[in-house]
Amino acid sequence: MTERVTRDVSVGLLPHQAAAEAGRCLYCYDAPCVKGCPAGVDVPAFIRKVGSGNWRGAARVIREANVFGGTCALVCPTEELCERECSSRLLGGPISIGALQRLAWERGTAGGVKAGAGRGAGADPGADAAGTAAGGKRAAIVGAGPAGLSAAWELRSRGWDVTIYEATDKPGGQLDWTIPPYRLPPEVVAAEVGAIVATGVKLRTGVRVGREAAEGLLAENDAVILATGLGGGRASGAPGEGRPGVVKAEEFLARARQGRSTRVTGTADTGGDLSGQRVVVVGGGNTAMDAAVTAARGRATRVTVLYRRTAREMPAWPREYRGALAAGTEFLWLVQPVAFESAGAADGAVKAVRCVRMALGAPDASGRAAPRPIPGSEFTIEADLVVMALGQDPNQEIVEAFGLAADKAGRPVVDPSGRAQVSAGALPAGHVLKAKVFVAGDLGNGGATVVRAVAEGKRAARAAAGELERAAPREEAGSNGR
Amino acid sequence: MAVDLSVVFCGVKFENPFVLAAAPSTDNADMVARGFEAGWAGAILKTTSVESEVVSLAYPMMVGLDIDARRLVALENIDLISGRHIDEVEKDVRRLKKDFPKKVVAASIMGAKKEHWEELVRRLEAAGVDLIECSFSCPHGMPEKGMGSAVGQSPELTEKTARWVKDAAKRVPVIIKLTPQIADIAAAAEAVKRSGADGVTAINTVKGLMGVDLDTFVPYPNVGGHSTYGGISGPAIKPVALRCVAEIARRVSIPISATGGVTTWRDAAEFLLLGARTVQVCTEVMRHGFGVIEDLTDGLANYLDDKGFASVEEIIGKALPHVVEHSQLPRDGKVRAHVDPEKCIRCGVCYVACRDGGHQAIEFGPDRLARVDEEKCVGCGFCPTTCPVADCLTLGPASAGKGRAAS
Repeated sequence: MTERVTRDVSVGLLPHQAAAEAGRCLYCYDAPCVKGCPAGVDVPAFIRKVGSGNWRGAARVIREANVFGGTCALVCPTEELCERECSSRLLGGPISIGALQRLAWERGTAGGVKAGAGRGAGADPGADAAGTAAGGKRAAIVGAGPAGLSAAWELRSRGWDVTIYEATDKPGGQLDWTIPPYRLPPEVVAAEVGAIVATGVKLRTGVRVGREAAEGLLAENDAVILATGLGGGRASGAPGEGRPGVVKAEEFLARARQGRSTRVTGTADTGGDLSGQRVVVVGGGNTAMDAAVTAARGRATRVTVLYRRTAREMPAWPREYRGALAAGTEFLWLVQPVAFESAGAADGAVKAVRCVRMALGAPDASGRAAPRPIPGSEFTIEADLVVMALGQDPNQEIVEAFGLAADKAGRPVVDPSGRAQVSAGALPAGHVLKAKVFVAGDLGNGGATVVRAVAEGKRAARAAAGELERAAPREEAGSNGR
Repeated sequence: MAVDLSVVFCGVKFENPFVLAAAPSTDNADMVARGFEAGWAGAILKTTSVESEVVSLAYPMMVGLDIDARRLVALENIDLISGRHIDEVEKDVRRLKKDFPKKVVAASIMGAKKEHWEELVRRLEAAGVDLIECSFSCPHGMPEKGMGSAVGQSPELTEKTARWVKDAAKRVPVIIKLTPQIADIAAAAEAVKRSGADGVTAINTVKGLMGVDLDTFVPYPNVGGHSTYGGISGPAIKPVALRCVAEIARRVSIPISATGGVTTWRDAAEFLLLGARTVQVCTEVMRHGFGVIEDLTDGLANYLDDKGFASVEEIIGKALPHVVEHSQLPRDGKVRAHVDPEKCIRCGVCYVACRDGGHQAIEFGPDRLARVDEEKCVGCGFCPTTCPVADCLTLGPASAGKGRAAS
């Protein structure tokens, strides 16, 4: 078997390297990196503290803007966000903001996630959120992923009574579900989720909010924030997709993160071990890259990614693509599965993927060249496990339960604050629609970054608290020097 | 074209102006030999004294100052004179002069009383040194015994002590190493001149205290729970040293050997332009080794050649006519800050600097390009020091018809 390089949680910066890196920061006025951060972390402020060795203060600055600052330091595509805007990119290359944030979080929270001594008491709601300062305001949050937890933290810090309804048995959402552990260690998630729950959030796990429950929430709360994530992996529609051995990427990654067997056959729990298995991943997004790397790390004999366009059109970030290549993944471009075959296996499990070659035609609605099958180009590749990473559908269940106005794609329609419209007739006669309803995270944005989910949760909470209307513009920004 | 790097200092010929300062790097003949082989023109052996002078060292004796990624911006030491016996130093001198007859071997001496100075001069002259440097300037350890900078801080003591040494020396030139811990260093150089001694070295280390350990509350360096003041060297003290050299050169006609923060040939050239004839280096050699001489001589030679000079002698003192008193500075120039929009990286650092450290003369609009309001700009010169891009924010003449008279 070929030895493969597998990307891991990188070693990161050592403190003296961080001091040197911090020393490169220009401390820009109205810093572009802050604008590049969906959560609006005051990057120059925390880097100055890294440079001075004020680790606690640095962690506090990060956390004030992003309650998942430790998580995002590990999973943010910083080269697509803050670092892409960094003024130093024109000098010696962008500052390694993500690496600095990671070290700041690690060292600044080493004694537990807590408030800075230099700030007024209560500045960090994570430490000791107020009780009823908001005059008995109540919020229901559906979904305990990064968006819902972020909203909960914000509202608790304002004294709201917050209850989160979570369908699974624990909080964390995608953080503790599909993100591979080599990118995001469980202890980081546990620390940040734990600190939020510890503020006095009422957490109800194992609760799926249906139509009836939704009516109650809408009638009894001042705000309802929907942060359930998407509706599950898309199907290709190709024959044989239901065979054993054809799994959705979300399920595959969740099993791998939990250390459960990712194999199809056999009853023994072999953890993530895939030795002897030929794995085919279908799709070209970041989830496909995660699945490919996870399979490679599981010592699969061969990992092949099928994508119907080329590397140029692939939605995966360059960093993720490079990681998959480094892990030894093989890519077949302009290839689409047309059938999943068992080759006569007794259990009907997949043994091969029948594929067709594609050609790129005129741009489609996404602006990318539309792939079309080339007649007569079919071929077959062997596979013991097929991972389907075709993106996720909108969450119809939640849209219907809450009677949300949705667009043609089935996605909830929201205003810039994330506020959704509840259709007339969503409530039976006699019920009063008390709650303002907001959508945050993947449910509304169709699937994006953790940091964006966190930012949307924060935004929804601030809008619920009526703060967005009176929020002042950024200090002096654009004052043109006068 | 070949450039003549040689200089004559106090009648002694140096093949180039670069000399190893009296320091750990010159504490034994093996090290100095390596320095000579690398290309150093001369070496001043680590300061020695008579055998009755007890050298009681305390460790650790050195601590550095880092600023951001830049390590060793300054070095503090509480080292003392050489702990080696004068007999050993004499042997080193004899060996070095035998093995390196064209190199300048100098001794640095320090005595507690007249007889000590005389004995040191007699013995080292007999051993064959080319030059004797007297430390009137060590800022730590020695002053509390009436030595080092305790002498250099008094022009009277300086003159008296220098005369003892000069009178004792039969053939060898005597130079006095001065301390910057004095209100008027040129007055000390005048005292040396009156004594009849041949030259001065400026400057010894600057007395300082490098920092305090925030966990133990013990300042650095921590010597068993206590600390003391030390001598600061390295790049941070170069401006002090340049000022001292200029002050002496402008007032006193005496050969100057410059030292203090020389890291590159550029630093050396600056000292030469301000009137020094030789340049001593210590901290940079300790850090990066004797081999730094290669670029010191190569860079200086290329610079001189590029500027059309055939020898080091031609540039000595060239900057001095441009040094005047503040009252003599011209007041009629109008310079303003100028931003090169092609180079500006839109960071806004100059905007904040001018807003909070200047005259609110830089505008910063939505396009993030810095623009100078020449009506408000007085040409103070601060903003160019903050711009991270080379030659992007510069000072130049005001645009025609713009700008108010500076006052």
